[in-house]
Amino acid sequence: MKTAGQYRYIYKPLLFAACAAPAVWMVLGMLMALGKTGFGMDLGADPVSRLIHACGITALRLLLITLAITPLRMLTGWNNLIRLRRMLGLFAFFYVLLHFTVYGWLDQDLNLAAIGADIVKRPYITIGMAGLLLLIPLAVTSTNKMMRRLGRRWTKLHKLVYVIAALGLWHFWWQVKKDIREPLIYVLIFAVLMAFRLKGKFWPTRAPERT
Amino acid sequence: MNYRANRILPSEITSEHLYFNRRQLLAAGLGGATLAALGASPRAFSSERVLASLKAPQNAAMSISEKPNSYEDVTTYNNYYEFGTGKGDPVANSGDFKPEPWSITVDGEAEVTGKFALEDILKQQTLEERIYRLRCVEAWSMVIPWDGFMLADLIKRFKPTSKAKYVEFTTLYDPKRMPGQKYQVLNWPYIEGLAMQEAMHPLTLIATGVYGKELPNQNGAPLRLVVPWKYGFKGIKAIVRIRFTEKQPVNSWQEAAPNEYGFYANVNPNVDHPRWSQATERLIGGSALFAKRRNTEPFNGYADQVASMYKGLDPRRLY
Repeated sequence: MKTAGQYRYIYKPLLFAACAAPAVWMVLGMLMALGKTGFGMDLGADPVSRLIHACGITALRLLLITLAITPLRMLTGWNNLIRLRRMLGLFAFFYVLLHFTVYGWLDQDLNLAAIGADIVKRPYITIGMAGLLLLIPLAVTSTNKMMRRLGRRWTKLHKLVYVIAALGLWHFWWQVKKDIREPLIYVLIFAVLMAFRLKGKFWPTRAPERT
Repeated sequence: MNYRANRILPSEITSEHLYFNRRQLLAAGLGGATLAALGASPRAFSSERVLASLKAPQNAAMSISEKPNSYEDVTTYNNYYEFGTGKGDPVANSGDFKPEPWSITVDGEAEVTGKFALEDILKQQTLEERIYRLRCVEAWSMVIPWDGFMLADLIKRFKPTSKAKYVEFTTLYDPKRMPGQKYQVLNWPYIEGLAMQEAMHPLTLIATGVYGKELPNQNGAPLRLVVPWKYGFKGIKAIVRIRFTEKQPVNSWQEAAPNEYGFYANVNPNVDHPRWSQATERLIGGSALFAKRRNTEPFNGYADQVASMYKGLDPRRLY
């Protein structure tokens, strides 16, 4: 099978399944909490808060994996990995939306006044909301057609993902009560991934292969 | 009341252990382990202590009539950083903790001071059950049936002097037994304090049990403070020292973030935490899908009993 076929029929479906798995696990967890299934994510005594956190952390992980594609290509020369990046980014957006939906609907019961007050008054929520909004233009312009239409401006626009990831990490850091070890790990990974970009800018390692 | 009465045979407990592990066992069998890397972290239940029944009669006058949370909620969703900062960490990491032998050092501005064995302290106290609301500073709440005695009864025995304006409590410091203390998340040991009037208030409880059984490790065994009109972090666990002081103690959370956590920490819907609202609270153990919220009440609903203590004090200083 040619590379394009391998990606289309093997790697992309596998990646799709892997990216969808946390959401399936969460839904099974909700069903389990309702006594409908015997397995799923253990949502514990505070299921909604657990769901919000699980969606947020999954989104952050996917964002970091998306940002890891370029360094991985630099290190390994596997340029075809770029074919997987859009799906990773879109799934990150999906989990950010889910994160906000669970918060707004299941936690705040669609109380728009309370949600609005949170967004305006709580800096960590303001920051998170900014990240969500900034992801929208990236998701909208993720199609091949939009890539062609925007040309070089597409690349520029999609550099916003660095800002979005930083906002997401800040949002995570700021709501932790005292124990910053977990967000710190994420920030360090982000820093390493960004360092590769600076390195790539100043010392281009290898010419990209034709794919 | 004999504290050690009615020991349950270990053989009777095993089934409960397995029962609490059921989800984990099922999840592991169905690929839960592989998914753990993607955000699912199964809770581990490792409490091996045998918890004696306490058979304390309920003090209905001092209890609220709301339905308590389940035993599982109360014993698996805990903030107890000595055993880890996650809500499931205390139950997962406190299984090997042995809260015995246990003694409490009493010092400071009191006539009767020294080191007292826990047994000697408890044999002079009569336990009763009280159903209290518990409101966490993180804006969630539970209803818990505690078994314990009034702190006031204990304090009277130590005959605090007129200089004793505050009571300071200290948690055990032993990183080998409390693995969370290996990390300097807070400045260990954990310290809490109350003004003397608060400590002597009839609502203020020393709990040695919950749900009619000895306190599980994750809930603060062998004894902890319960102050229902204050945020949960005031309820210091595994107490080893009680000190009577003239100066206001610096409690651990106040020391860690003085602009976020104060000394009084009275539940107050009108004074938000700098990073989140305190106007409402999420009820733990509500529906599985939709969180149940309700409006937080001043002094957590205990205003009639306690508000008079704070007359003349600026409520904004009482966070």
